[in-house]
Amino acid sequence: MNLTLKIWRQKGPQDKGQMVEYKVTDISEHMSFLEMMDVLNESLVAKNEEPIAFDHDCREGICGMCSLQINGEPHGPDRGITTCQLHMRMFKDGDTIYIEPFRANAFPVIKDLVVDRMAFERIQQAGGYISVNTSGNTQDANSIPISKHNADLSMDAASCIGCGACVASCKNSSAMLFVSAKVSQFALLPQGKIEAKDRVKNMVAQMDLEGFGNCTNTGACEIECPKGISIENIARMNREYLAASI
Amino acid sequence: MSGFLSSSIARKVAMALSALFLIIFLLIHLTVNITSLFSKDVFNELSHFMGTNFLVQFLMQPILIFGVVFHFVMGFVLELKNRGSRSVKYVKYNGAANATWMSRNMVISGGVILAFIVIHFLDFWIPEINHKYIEFLPEDPTRYFAELQHKFTNPLRVGAYVIAFVLLALHLLHGFQSAFQSLGINRYAKCVKTLGKIYAIVIPLGFIIIALFHYFSQLNH
Repeated sequence: MNLTLKIWRQKGPQDKGQMVEYKVTDISEHMSFLEMMDVLNESLVAKNEEPIAFDHDCREGICGMCSLQINGEPHGPDRGITTCQLHMRMFKDGDTIYIEPFRANAFPVIKDLVVDRMAFERIQQAGGYISVNTSGNTQDANSIPISKHNADLSMDAASCIGCGACVASCKNSSAMLFVSAKVSQFALLPQGKIEAKDRVKNMVAQMDLEGFGNCTNTGACEIECPKGISIENIARMNREYLAASI
Repeated sequence: MSGFLSSSIARKVAMALSALFLIIFLLIHLTVNITSLFSKDVFNELSHFMGTNFLVQFLMQPILIFGVVFHFVMGFVLELKNRGSRSVKYVKYNGAANATWMSRNMVISGGVILAFIVIHFLDFWIPEINHKYIEFLPEDPTRYFAELQHKFTNPLRVGAYVIAFVLLALHLLHGFQSAFQSLGINRYAKCVKTLGKIYAIVIPLGFIIIALFHYFSQLNH
């Protein structure tokens, strides 16, 4: 298929940036979106032009590195996938595709389509952990009984890959889905109870400090999340925060 | 914003609590007004009670005004802050793909409701305050029904009321269940969503029926 691409180009963090139009031809419908981007970059290199910078790593939907706002949606029009899992068969011959970086003040653009998502790391460092003595006397995790229901919910929350699609899709650039998943994965387990109050307060404080917007429960994050993280986690975090504050 | 309301979750909770307070108020307001469809005397009696009872006038009324002002001010402050969290906007943003119009445009429906409340205050509340506390006119327990009917003779006002209540319905369709989510109450999420949809349709529809009933009932007179 032949496509017209309108892609955000920005030389660096201080550059103003603009949308630039490119044409790609003979794109196979079996390609992934990132492979289509590779084809475009190869053609740019062949013409001695600067290739387009975009994030990618595992290319199998696990690492959360690939981002991209495609036609107004993070990871494109398909559901439950990352951009590397998006197939070109989702588009039609002759389509015009808009490709932009994830937008949020807390995710500043580094170059072209690459954004700095270190804000998520700092939130995680503020409390997204449990303090366990790993000096050789670590207790076997199976010796602590955990209900299957809670273990499943915790595992669901822990499947968040921190890609930032929740922030990118939210009209308020809110990071509540990400933070709530990271709070919930521990809040549901006995090992996480000890630091529960400090965890939720510190992670929310860091989230606010990073400049993310306020959640207004539109639910866009849940729809766009490649791992299907539920907004039930946001309700749980609200409860955890209220319990820790009162 | 400092103190307790400096936290994003605390602001959510404050918005949700003021919303639930206003949701309860709307139910009481409709309950009183709906009696005007069936009995002039019952409506006058209830209105007289609400208009003269000390607790309603000097405790509940100030709390209500505070609740309304707080909900609007906080709503607009949050909207501005949220818009400011994405300085560079998307060239193409497909919001309709993942969220309802109601949830994305609470500030629009809220703005229309605010405009309606201004009209409503000019229509009823300010004349009422003037009657009781400025001009100290003699109290007539039977005046309320006639005042209500008089307001619904102008088709433009009736039309404005209908439009405002349609926007209120859209506001409530998202706001009702959103308030519970903000408070962390999601154990009965499906029930809350269903109840919210029923409430969001029934309450505004009730107010619309009242306005239309009094308008059309006076057309032939």
